[in-house]
Amino acid sequence: MTAHAAVAAPRSGLRKFLRRKDDHGGPPRLTPGWTFAAWLATLAFFAPVAWMVLTSFHQEADAATNPPSLLAPFTLDQYELLLGRDITPYLLNSAMASVISTLLVLALAVPAAYALSIKPVEKWTDVMFFFLSTKFLPAIAALLPVYLIVKDAGMLDNVWTLIILYTAMNLPIAVWMMRSFLAEVPKEILEAAEVDGAGLPTVLLRIVGPVAMPGLAATALICFIFSWNEFLFAVNLTATNASTAPVFLVGFITNEGLFLARLCAAATLVSLPVLIAGWAAQDKLVRGLSLGAVK
Amino acid sequence: MTTLIPAPKAVRAHPPHQPGRRETVHKWRRRFPLLPALIFTVVVTQLPFVATLIISTLQWNILKPGERHFTGLSNYAFVFTDERLRTAVLNTIVLTASVVSISMVLGLGLALLLDRRFPGRGLARTLLITPFLVMPVAAALLWKHAIYNPDYGLLNGTLNALYRLFGAENGPTIDWVSNSAMPAVVVALVWQWTPFMMLILLAGLQAQPGDVLEAARVDGASAMATFRFITLPHLRQYIELGVLLGTIYVVQTFDAVFTITQGGPGSQTTNLPYEIYLTMFRKYEYGEAAAAGVVVVIGSIVVATFALRTIASLFREEVSR
Repeated sequence: MTAHAAVAAPRSGLRKFLRRKDDHGGPPRLTPGWTFAAWLATLAFFAPVAWMVLTSFHQEADAATNPPSLLAPFTLDQYELLLGRDITPYLLNSAMASVISTLLVLALAVPAAYALSIKPVEKWTDVMFFFLSTKFLPAIAALLPVYLIVKDAGMLDNVWTLIILYTAMNLPIAVWMMRSFLAEVPKEILEAAEVDGAGLPTVLLRIVGPVAMPGLAATALICFIFSWNEFLFAVNLTATNASTAPVFLVGFITNEGLFLARLCAAATLVSLPVLIAGWAAQDKLVRGLSLGAVK
Repeated sequence: MTTLIPAPKAVRAHPPHQPGRRETVHKWRRRFPLLPALIFTVVVTQLPFVATLIISTLQWNILKPGERHFTGLSNYAFVFTDERLRTAVLNTIVLTASVVSISMVLGLGLALLLDRRFPGRGLARTLLITPFLVMPVAAALLWKHAIYNPDYGLLNGTLNALYRLFGAENGPTIDWVSNSAMPAVVVALVWQWTPFMMLILLAGLQAQPGDVLEAARVDGASAMATFRFITLPHLRQYIELGVLLGTIYVVQTFDAVFTITQGGPGSQTTNLPYEIYLTMFRKYEYGEAAAAGVVVVIGSIVVATFALRTIASLFREEVSR
């Protein structure tokens, strides 16, 4: 392709680019010019993450150079240092708070979603919107009373405090998501099963279960992500025993004596569970993030 | 609202002998699975808000014990007249409006691109959603230290490399966060929220009925016209949803402000959540913090009302489908 063609491609591509169904079956293709633009944008967005991971495999001396040294020797030292002592208890607290609160959310949300979809109670849409409205209360407005109550109850610096708060934080999302998945169970089959005299356990196991399983997994994933990343409550309600991974990271805020490579290793390490889970379940992610309003 | 959920069969299967009692028992059996979640949510989310309302009417600084007393609405008077809080409100609006609008525009562009086939599209999508998955505190630290740092950050490092490439001795040493604190926070947040907008808009694009587009093409509509008159109106509710959900989350931004600028320099980047946090844990003025919290809730309710209406319209479509 000549230089001239490469320059002209995006402009002539615009028309094609905005048109769907150019060829039969599947969405139309991007022109080479727009493909280039798409990849450029993608790499621009990914660059900070790539930089973080790259730096995490360097020695401190190689990390803090100007201009940056891309090809300094690789090392696992930073990860060894982190896992050797500092970060492990924080990761364990994070894992405990996220996993237990996710299980609690599912235990509460699945029956609720059942009551709101398969055999809807009267005024079920009002109940749905009540759940949702609690998500719109800014956490900061609840922090003070929660802090005072937790302090009075002697529950400061306790993982269970975070578990309860994270459960409340994610429950509305989970109810919405699970309802949207359960609503996909075909009503005809449910009715047929009931006419045939199938009991509730059979209906749940044989009919609802298989349809709802992927939704259950997606809901769990979203709850896990939000709990794992939560910062406001964790930093204000925990001190030494119950601090989670984001609180560990806060130790890197000051500029003085900063260990950049170690910071990058820590940031990579704490982001990893969510990255892997999110990459694996990208299709379900959007449905969770939009509370099931968008498929 | 009309629902097409069929009338429950179970009621018909067992004709009630004692209509009143049977029905009540039946209703409660049906409600029962809902109750644990409902009660838990009311207790853990509504009670603190009631407590906030009460505390907001108290003069209460824990550095002055024994001076706690009812003070009526004076905390609210303070909230509405205090210079710092007014700055915080303004900063919150600037921060939220710029992050949401910029990430929406970028997200729309990326979604339009990713809606088409191109080599490596799946991989590109995976890489693009990554910023949203990185832990927010980790992302904020990454921007603060690895990118904005004047001495060894990626931005100045790249500038430096470019300067050397063109023969200059050294690049400039710009302290990005001190020089332009608000843009620094906005850029970091836009980076994080663009994938969110992209995901929602991409879902919207892919829910677009193909036959309508086909018909437009057959009728000879230009690509631009198709986009302007068919795709954009179709996307409207997805754009609204993205803007409103984004607004709800970005208004609450705490991690990025706490980490990148700590509200500074001065109070240039202090948003409401951070200001309330300072009032609570630095000034220990509990009454003022609570009153500010109530004001934030009222502001959120205004935004949420629109959000709920949007979600309700999407929801209605689904239910009546």
